[in-house]
Amino acid sequence: MGEAIVITSGKGGVGKTTTTANLGTALALQEKKVCLVDTDIGLRNLDVVMGLENRIIYDLVDVVEGRCKTHQALVKDKRFNDLLYLLPAAQTTDKSAVTPEQMKKLIDELKQDYDYILIDCPAGIEQGYKNAVAGADRAIVVTTPEKSSVRDADRVIGLLEKEEGMAPPKLVVNRIRNHMVKEGDMLDVDEVAAHLSIELIGIVADDDEVIKSSHNGEPVAHNPNNRASIAYRNIARRILGESVPLQALEPEKDTFFTKFKRFIGMSR
Amino acid sequence: MALSNIETYRGGILSMKQSQNVVIKGTKDGLTLQLNDKCAYNELIEELTEKLDAVIKEGKDALIKVTVQTGNRYVAEEEKEQLRQLIRQRRHLVVEDIRSNVLTIDEAVQWKEENEIVSYAGRIRSGQVLEVPGDLLLIGDVNPGGTVMAGGSIFIMGALKGMAHAGCYGDESAVIAAAKMMPSQLRISEHITRSPDRYDEEELTESECAFINEAQQLVIDRLQVLKYLRPDLSTFKGGF
Repeated sequence: MGEAIVITSGKGGVGKTTTTANLGTALALQEKKVCLVDTDIGLRNLDVVMGLENRIIYDLVDVVEGRCKTHQALVKDKRFNDLLYLLPAAQTTDKSAVTPEQMKKLIDELKQDYDYILIDCPAGIEQGYKNAVAGADRAIVVTTPEKSSVRDADRVIGLLEKEEGMAPPKLVVNRIRNHMVKEGDMLDVDEVAAHLSIELIGIVADDDEVIKSSHNGEPVAHNPNNRASIAYRNIARRILGESVPLQALEPEKDTFFTKFKRFIGMSR
Repeated sequence: MALSNIETYRGGILSMKQSQNVVIKGTKDGLTLQLNDKCAYNELIEELTEKLDAVIKEGKDALIKVTVQTGNRYVAEEEKEQLRQLIRQRRHLVVEDIRSNVLTIDEAVQWKEENEIVSYAGRIRSGQVLEVPGDLLLIGDVNPGGTVMAGGSIFIMGALKGMAHAGCYGDESAVIAAAKMMPSQLRISEHITRSPDRYDEEELTESECAFINEAQQLVIDRLQVLKYLRPDLSTFKGGF
């Protein structure tokens, strides 16, 4: 019997889909059987980020309305041997095509066959959010260190805490720009965590590589050397119950050498 | 025929007992009407009408305040209105108050709710609203976008970063106290104040309170001034 985790944020554009794709990949790298479910009906993205767009035959609405069997709609990620699957959202209809009860039934069915079901939640707190949360056992709230994003995360945490049978949500602070935090132009991680007062499960630095890999349809978590990738892998390990210390945000100390390199334009 | 006989007979008894059902007393604050709580309501009204007519014939020009005491009789709102009407019809009489020794359970519950301190442990997050009819003791923070409302005062043992509305049914003596006062907005009764656009969190080392001052302005001051401004907040009785 697997576990269903919803990845949500309230605000759009903070990295829910990217986080879902990378956590799914990282969990599959840990030999777990994972199914990603995109509930952003009408505005699906997860298939694009995963690079699985052109393999879609059926979608979530087809499954719910009984036009196909669940396993027919699942798209297998070829980079893994039978570990990572995606249930894509429909693109031609909207959020009201599915009800929370139908979603719960579907997720319960998937839980029989998979270790982890990651549910990518759409932005907002309306029908799409309710669908995404309906079947989940626990939640990961993604926020960036910006006031607007933290405010929406706060709202969503409030709603999640009212949800029956749901474990307390965990927090991912995404897209941290260390130089801006240092200059006080961005909230720092401690401030965000203290404000939201839920357990921090990971911090991810803002990295161009993440955008590049989404663009190429290959989640950054495949790359063993990238710092964002390591951050996602660490979150996956924490989901599995390991205790992994938080990554240092400062990649290297400012020595004379790095200053010199920056001076002559070799490094940022 | 027989029925009308009984009616007159009862009427006879009633007039004999008249002095017991309505007692009018004059005090320096005006008149006190003590109404018998054992007799039928209709009889009471009849007798009251008669007595008022008899007593208040020689009207002086000054207004006389009247306090009605109904004893252990429960007087519903429409009956109160009838009593007021009846008394107000006589010249110079003003109804000051109608007092009864009894309350309905609903009224008692409402009274209790409006006078008790409700405590809540937890954090009020963006979009959440916590509303209580009496005083509120919040053991936790109010995050930006969160709202706490109380019919009475609000005491917050954490940071107030959202909106607090005390005395939301019109109680101007209500106060808002918080360990860390950095609200987005404060409201007491009808008064609203907005926070400065920026807070320096290091400067907020002291608990503060908000209240309406003599000039009808909503102001924030040190917590210690409350003792003198709102002595009613202390309900502690006893020796030291």
